[in-house]
Amino acid sequence: MLVYLIRRLSQSLLVVAVMATLVFLAVYAVGNPVDILANPDADQQERAAITARLGLDRPLYEQFGVFIWNALHGDLGRSFVYNAPAVDVILERLPATMELALVGLVFSILIGIPLGVLAGLKPESWFGRTIMSGSILGFSLPNFWIGLMLILLFAVELKLLPASGRGPTASVLGFKTAMFTWEGLKHLILPAVTLALYKAALVVRVAQAGTREVMLQDYIRFARAKGLSPLRIVGVHVLKNMMIPVVTVLGLELGSMIAFAVVTESVFAYPGMGKLLIDSINRLDRPIIVAYLMMTVVIFVVINLVVDLLYAAIDPRVRLSDAKG
Amino acid sequence: MKHDMKRLAVAGLGSALLAVAAPSQAQELKIGLASEATSIDPHFHNVGPNNALRKHIFEGLISNDENQKNIPELALSWKPISDTDWEFKLRPNVKFSNGMAFTARDVIYTLCRVPTVENSPSSFTVFTRGINAVETPDPQTVIFKMAAPSPLLPNNLATLGILSSELNGAQNVSYDPKGCKDMGTPPKSADFNDPAKAIGTGPYKLANYTRGQQVVLERNPGYWGTKPAWDRVVFRPVPNQGARVAGLLAGDVDIIETPPIQDFDRIKASGAQIVQGISNRIIYLHMDQFQGDGYKTPGIKGTDKNPFLDKRVREAVSKAINRPAIVERIMGGVAVAAGELLPTPLFGTSPDMKADTFNPDQAKKLLAEAGYPNGFEVTLGTPNDRYINDEKIAQAVAQMLSRVGIKVNVDAMTASTFFTRRNKYEFSLYLAGWGADSGEMANPLVALVATMNTQTGMGHTNRGRYSNPELDKLIVEAQATVDDAKREAILRRASKLAMSDYPLIPLHFEVTPWAVRKGLSYKPRIDQYTLATEVSPGT
Repeated sequence: MLVYLIRRLSQSLLVVAVMATLVFLAVYAVGNPVDILANPDADQQERAAITARLGLDRPLYEQFGVFIWNALHGDLGRSFVYNAPAVDVILERLPATMELALVGLVFSILIGIPLGVLAGLKPESWFGRTIMSGSILGFSLPNFWIGLMLILLFAVELKLLPASGRGPTASVLGFKTAMFTWEGLKHLILPAVTLALYKAALVVRVAQAGTREVMLQDYIRFARAKGLSPLRIVGVHVLKNMMIPVVTVLGLELGSMIAFAVVTESVFAYPGMGKLLIDSINRLDRPIIVAYLMMTVVIFVVINLVVDLLYAAIDPRVRLSDAKG
Repeated sequence: MKHDMKRLAVAGLGSALLAVAAPSQAQELKIGLASEATSIDPHFHNVGPNNALRKHIFEGLISNDENQKNIPELALSWKPISDTDWEFKLRPNVKFSNGMAFTARDVIYTLCRVPTVENSPSSFTVFTRGINAVETPDPQTVIFKMAAPSPLLPNNLATLGILSSELNGAQNVSYDPKGCKDMGTPPKSADFNDPAKAIGTGPYKLANYTRGQQVVLERNPGYWGTKPAWDRVVFRPVPNQGARVAGLLAGDVDIIETPPIQDFDRIKASGAQIVQGISNRIIYLHMDQFQGDGYKTPGIKGTDKNPFLDKRVREAVSKAINRPAIVERIMGGVAVAAGELLPTPLFGTSPDMKADTFNPDQAKKLLAEAGYPNGFEVTLGTPNDRYINDEKIAQAVAQMLSRVGIKVNVDAMTASTFFTRRNKYEFSLYLAGWGADSGEMANPLVALVATMNTQTGMGHTNRGRYSNPELDKLIVEAQATVDDAKREAILRRASKLAMSDYPLIPLHFEVTPWAVRKGLSYKPRIDQYTLATEVSPGT
């Protein structure tokens, strides 16, 4: 087990190191931040001073060395634009992205599971077919278009919900979140629905297939024969058994909702991490871009490492074959 | 609250409720900004959004009116007392928002603090250069002793928000161009995020700053000047154009910056209005005119020479462009064709400098005379997300030039890539814009057409590397002339001389639009700033 652990750990470190190099070089190639940050009126002297202040006058290998040295000490650089540690600026935006993902998750469950079960119970009926064809729209309509249409309908025409931005926040368990204020929730609904529609369509399809499969099982027939009410059969026996694949899919999708809410956050001006990344790319705020990508890499590597170690703990064949070869 | 009311109204309780709901929030103003201020620190980053926000909290000695004319703010009057010295009389009885008094000491402290800002991505030190000494004979008088004649000192000082010396423990500060003494502990940029530290004399004070989300200002009850109309102002960055317009139509915000031209009809149909005014930003074409040994300009085909070195070719390009058509069809009328680098009535402009007339036949003749009867081929570089309709303008220019025989390939890209490539001289022809922050002619002349000189800072954005010693002499002369009338005459001459040689091709001045909800009005500003103090209830 120890050999396996060491081997997996060193592999993970290698991945992080390679990614650090790639990310740094790629960001370096995009453009010169001074050209964007400096006031157009700045003359050559002032530009040279800015370059020196931001440490951009040093040769590439030296900048890379400083970056690696600081990263090893837990410092991923300071934002050029905000003049604050990049990690702080990113973590500040984390609650906004998390609340969006969580509310989106809840919506996709609330929309997806009932529709999916209904469609699975009566697959040949007209509403079963309508739901299934409707779910195709959920897959295929582009995210930003759905967002704009929702804004037009609910914010501009009906004036029920705000068009964009984040509502007032309240402090819960040390996090500042807008999930627990009424105004904050109203701001959350439209972007969360936009984010949820694609996932809901996915859930509908998985739930429908699961329900159809479960309905044919012997224990359902037995429950019917026993004379249980249809409501109890569906509510307890079917739901419990078709949820397994749904939960698996949703777990995977939560990650992508956090990481890829970029489009939704931009359309709704929701100040989450995705919007920060886009803004930073436009402003060539290199430290933020690098820190964001490095944090993502580290999180994914850690998750993978934990999963692999769990596998090895559960299944002796994994650690044996790895220890040998 | 407002939304609840509107929902009831929609549900059919009648339009009477709607009428009650609308004026309930007259005390709060919500502004949708195109880009966010990156810091509250007035001296951290010299860019438009930061400078516009700064004017609400931290006043300068001098302010600018909507036509960018210098007007008194914390200084009541100013005048040159010799070739190099300026005397400023300060406004008496002004207090900072925490109650501390404003005196000449605070002016010195501000000059001293500007160079101490750490990690500034674009510093204000360009405006504090050349001050040899500062004297304060009494608390209401400041005398600036300059190293050289500096007619633009008032303009430069107008960019600096004044900080309190007392608040930062620098009551005994003394000025020294090499580094001031007794400065206490200068505040860090991040300190200003705290409303207790962001203290200025302005009409508003900071209530809350949440990066990326909002800046909230509250009325400063002790303000010396006219009380602003709004108790509370909320600035929200909404960079996405569509989301900004939707926010206005939905009633989330009361005024938005730069609504897209194609949405004007929709905005007007909703009852909101568009206000627009000319800006100090010119959109122009620059042509590579570098003359080095063995230098070959990039992207030109069909000839071995650089055709732009010939004045007749540059003139032909100008004559081939139909500016009124661009203004009408591409810009929807929201632009003004340009004949020099600044719009009238700004300082140094001449009303008789009209835009070049469209004359494709003469353009063809000029090209033939210059030895290009069959034209040539060139790549036109342009950003596609920096100026209003920038890529569309470039496409139109390309079509117009191809009609006189110059085949143009448009190479459009995002601003961060474009400016890096342009500054590496990768385009022999490019489209860009220039906003003259100081609002007078010396600024664009120095930046765009003076001969590039790293030491003096002349021609710093002259990426076409045009050079005309006669013009350079006039510009230098203007920069050393303190008398306003004489300086303006020299600048007019310099501008006429420059334009007659076609160093670059002016296309048009941008017109800045704002959209404001029904019942509000905004006075458009040449500097493109959105100021809450200029938004007034009632039309």
